[in-house]
Amino acid sequence: MICAIGLLGLVLLMVILIWQAAGPSIKAFGFSFFFTREWDPVHGRFGALPYIYGTLVSTLLALLLAGPVSLGAAVYVAEFAPRKIKNILGFMIDLLAAVPGIIFGLWGNFVLSPWLAGSLEPRLEHYFGFLPLFRGPATGVGMLAAGIILAIMISPLITAVSREVLEIVPASQREAMIALGATPWEVVRRAVLPYARTGIVGAFTLGLGRAIGETMALTMVIGNRPQISASLFAPAYTMTSVIVNEFTEAVEPLHLAALIHIALVLFLVTLLVNTVARLMIYLMNRRVKKWTV
Amino acid sequence: MSYKLRVEALQAWYGQHQVLKGISMPIRANTITAVIGPSGCGKSTFIRCLNRMHEVVPGTRVAGRVWLDGRNIYNGINAVEVRRRVGMVFQTPNIFPAMSIFQNVVAGLYLNGIRGRRQLQERAENCLQQAGLWEEVRDRLHDTAAGLSSGQLQRLCIARALAVEPEILLMDEPCSALDPIASIRIEELMRELKASYTIILVTHNMQQAARVSDYTAYLCDGELVEYESTPEVFIRPKDSRTENYITGRGADTRPL
Amino acid sequence: MDRLGAAGYRETNERDMGKSGISLYSGRWRQIHCRMMTGLCALAVLTLLAVLLIIMTYILLQGIPGLNWQFFTRPPAPVGLPGGGVYHAITGSLVLVGLACLIAIPWGVAAGIFLAAPRRPGPLAALVRFTADVLSGVPSITAGIFIYTLVVVRMHTFSALAGGLALAIVMLPVVTRNTEEILRLVPRGLQEAALALGISWWRVMLHIVLPTAARGVAIGITLAMAGVAGDPVPLFFTALNNNHFSLDLTQPMASLPMEIFRYAAGPFVTWHRLAWSGALVLIGIILLPMLLARIILPGYRIRR
Repeated sequence: MICAIGLLGLVLLMVILIWQAAGPSIKAFGFSFFFTREWDPVHGRFGALPYIYGTLVSTLLALLLAGPVSLGAAVYVAEFAPRKIKNILGFMIDLLAAVPGIIFGLWGNFVLSPWLAGSLEPRLEHYFGFLPLFRGPATGVGMLAAGIILAIMISPLITAVSREVLEIVPASQREAMIALGATPWEVVRRAVLPYARTGIVGAFTLGLGRAIGETMALTMVIGNRPQISASLFAPAYTMTSVIVNEFTEAVEPLHLAALIHIALVLFLVTLLVNTVARLMIYLMNRRVKKWTV
Repeated sequence: MSYKLRVEALQAWYGQHQVLKGISMPIRANTITAVIGPSGCGKSTFIRCLNRMHEVVPGTRVAGRVWLDGRNIYNGINAVEVRRRVGMVFQTPNIFPAMSIFQNVVAGLYLNGIRGRRQLQERAENCLQQAGLWEEVRDRLHDTAAGLSSGQLQRLCIARALAVEPEILLMDEPCSALDPIASIRIEELMRELKASYTIILVTHNMQQAARVSDYTAYLCDGELVEYESTPEVFIRPKDSRTENYITGRGADTRPL
Repeated sequence: MDRLGAAGYRETNERDMGKSGISLYSGRWRQIHCRMMTGLCALAVLTLLAVLLIIMTYILLQGIPGLNWQFFTRPPAPVGLPGGGVYHAITGSLVLVGLACLIAIPWGVAAGIFLAAPRRPGPLAALVRFTADVLSGVPSITAGIFIYTLVVVRMHTFSALAGGLALAIVMLPVVTRNTEEILRLVPRGLQEAALALGISWWRVMLHIVLPTAARGVAIGITLAMAGVAGDPVPLFFTALNNNHFSLDLTQPMASLPMEIFRYAAGPFVTWHRLAWSGALVLIGIILLPMLLARIILPGYRIRR
């Protein structure tokens, strides 16, 4: 009881303290903090736009790459995999989800980036160079690397949660479809997926929250330059990375407050994203209960 | 004979759905009272209200009074205390898998602070004897209960319920998961236990009700239709609904 | 049903058929289509596992050469010189994670028990469950900054104590929710049987439900430990790093993920080698308890 209430108090205290610590920056910049490109510790002018942009674009890229793969994998494990290998697959995906971000960052930094710079990026530029997305010097560190690493990191999470969601779809829904003479894929496509839609969206939203908050892997591959560029090859910066990189070096109180301000925004955004995700999974659960009484 | 338990205007709900619609019945000490009725009529809910187990299910509500020896169990007594005085045996034998046979029997005592080794052992032997299980398990008291048959498990559950020395024993279809021979064994046991306990038995086996009970209550749609001595109910039912149910005519023809 | 009548029934049926896209005249194409999609899904699983395999292989290949006695028993060599190890970081990680466990396990398990208890569910339980859920999705960076403002600023120094606290906050919601979910899998009849013996609900949870689910709870705890053992982010703001071996809780302390980051970002090839080996050891430290918990822990496998 006390422990449970303590948990509530903890979250409240977190919001209050972080809000307080960000106070000077909130007072100095207000809403313009979100729309200003400038980040100048020397003159005490701070705007978070490049970081917000970096976080948003890398997250979006990661979801685009991870989404189809994760959904496919979840469907396979939940619906098609033979019973024997089902558990092994599930366990391996759990393992993948437990590998820490720093490991992916290390791999991204020493293996993925050189490969991108040496082979993938030049090819992309050769074939798709007419798009501004794929133009520019192929350095290997930048938005593309960040997106790929993030995708690798969040896909086990999305797969695991989606799989759980698919498995609570009542058997009667599948049987009804089979009885109509549907092929296994049609059962999935027309009965299981529509039924689990809300839950799957919830799983993706959880992945989104994880991607927004991921720090180490990104810091090691995104290039850490606060700029907004149309090219995926160009270095960028994310909200989490700038906090980690500059926190220990920030001597000016306003600089520190601006960094904590970014953290506050992150906190509130992930709070919102997770609330939405949990709500969707909850709604799906309730619907299952309603239909299986 | 005195009344051990008096139920007055008992109502119970699951969410919005009212399951019991005002039931009043006095229950005499040292008797077996059978509660019969079609599925979904509220039999189980009724006896779950008698030891306040109904309220552990989310979204439930109870109104009315249940007097146990002149004290209302819904007013001024702790639910835990009520459950210690009113024991319960469930439909399926639910032994604690992480415990040995011995630990299962004395779980109620041990967890309520009685730790004396001698005392626990004596009580365990005593209760297992009362439940007619002692001879069968005396050599493997400290093994898990996994090797027992379901009839033995159910008697183990009865021994476990007896160990906390309840005054009343509620039995919610205790034989519905058992084969006929194990059922007969439990019925014999109930008759033996009658001397020291007041037993309320929910069953949908009418032969069983006729065989073991002194009084029979017929519940239908959350209402008490008939409550008389067992021969009276089975031979001369007053209400046509009771008669239809007992004779198997249109017992379950509620609108679908 | 009565009002719909036979005609209405047929109509809805046809509409459903239309919506479900099943046409009886293209059976062969449907079979091929089904095979194709199943194959694509299998391909997705393979892709995921291949990525896992590639990364693990790299780490093994790059990490093994650097593993020697020195690596485990020596603190780092002076900058630029070869040799040296991560002894200080391994002990540091163990201390920090241990400290976090000390706080988060009792607190989290207790809160989980509270949430799973067989009582009337009030708004409080729902609110706490929701908070734990949401908190577990909040990035660990916020936990770090929170402890920075709460402890580091007040103590005027980065310290291992602060690091342990920050990791505990990251662990807490995971332990809480995991414990709750596992306890909920314990059959309800078991709880009712115990309640009917006149045992109070918290004794029921502690002595009957918890032992039955002990294995699952332990596995959940190893997962939570894995989550914080590899995450340096909260430590940037709390325990920071230390080049030397230290067990002083009021001083900064090194940790494996922090050292991996430092070595990886550094300019020396010898450092990079240390980073790879460190990564290998870190994965070992994280995966070993997870595997061990599943293999050796006795107990009742509760079927999901």
